[in-house]
Amino acid sequence: MTFQAIDSWWWPFLFILIGGWLPTDAWRFLGVYLGDRISEESELLVLVRALATALVAAVIGNLIVFPSGALADTALALRLFAVAAGFVAYLTLGRKILVGIFVAEAVLLGGILAT
Amino acid sequence: MTSRRLWYLRGVRAAVSVPGLILASAFIGFAGLAKEAGLTLVQSVFMVAMVWALPAKVVLVGAILSGASLPAAAFAVALSSIRLAPMVVALVPELRGPRTPRWVLYFLSHFVAVTSWVLAMERLRGIPREMRTSYYAGLGSTLVLFNMAVVAIVFLLADSLPPSVSAALFLLTPMYFLTSLWGSARERAGHVAMALGIVLGPVLHSVIPGFDLLGAGLIGGGLAFAFHRLSRRRQAA
Repeated sequence: MTFQAIDSWWWPFLFILIGGWLPTDAWRFLGVYLGDRISEESELLVLVRALATALVAAVIGNLIVFPSGALADTALALRLFAVAAGFVAYLTLGRKILVGIFVAEAVLLGGILAT
Repeated sequence: MTSRRLWYLRGVRAAVSVPGLILASAFIGFAGLAKEAGLTLVQSVFMVAMVWALPAKVVLVGAILSGASLPAAAFAVALSSIRLAPMVVALVPELRGPRTPRWVLYFLSHFVAVTSWVLAMERLRGIPREMRTSYYAGLGSTLVLFNMAVVAIVFLLADSLPPSVSAALFLLTPMYFLTSLWGSARERAGHVAMALGIVLGPVLHSVIPGFDLLGAGLIGGGLAFAFHRLSRRRQAA
């Protein structure tokens, strides 16, 4: 039952609905239902947030180490250096997301043009 | 002009902002990823409308790329989206007016993702309470519609891009996540979870592909929570 499993126009849309829409809006709807019934300071929420954060971080790591498209043709060392430079710039220059992205992209493009 | 429409339009204007711009740039990267995974333009735009949260979509496309089955894909997406529930829990009391029908809250909750949530938590306080739902509807729907258009345009242009520009686009998504996730962490455990997850993801990907995201989430998140308990106990002692 993979994305390519059934060769018809509707299967990818059903896959996106069940694989994407259902498991995201289910959490949003649960959030509305719980409303203010749960304490934001609850320890259970700390655990839930930690699990979710580590999972999204794993996605970030995979996108950097095992990228797709034209980024896959660049050296791993260059990508790691670009991300590290961007992140350090973000941390030290006032925690601006734009600064982090700009520095990482500048290092990456500089590295691509230099090789 | 009715005042509801006026506040809706003010919400639309709030979407045109620096966070909104960064989000659009991350969607440029997402469109490249979706195209690489073999999705069509219509499928990708449909995914933007139905799923909306960017981490969930990146996980879903990742699952499609690795040939995961539908239940495995849905499970990974569900795990990556747990954070949406506490975000909505925090937003609802700010959003709700004295006479807001429940269905309006359920409908508006679909627009919740990192960017619209950050903007809403920042600005709702300054909006008259009975107009907040209209304002958030304008903000949320504009972000979704605009990024649907961004993805469609990138799909049409992506083939004509030089490889260096294309490589730079693919770096946008991880950099946006890395910095915004770090900034949105509520406690130190969030930073510990991030550091562990970002290393465990690629490591487990090489060792047990298919369970890399799940494994990194459980191990990294579990260790981060243990760290949280230990440091709290030390504080108490």
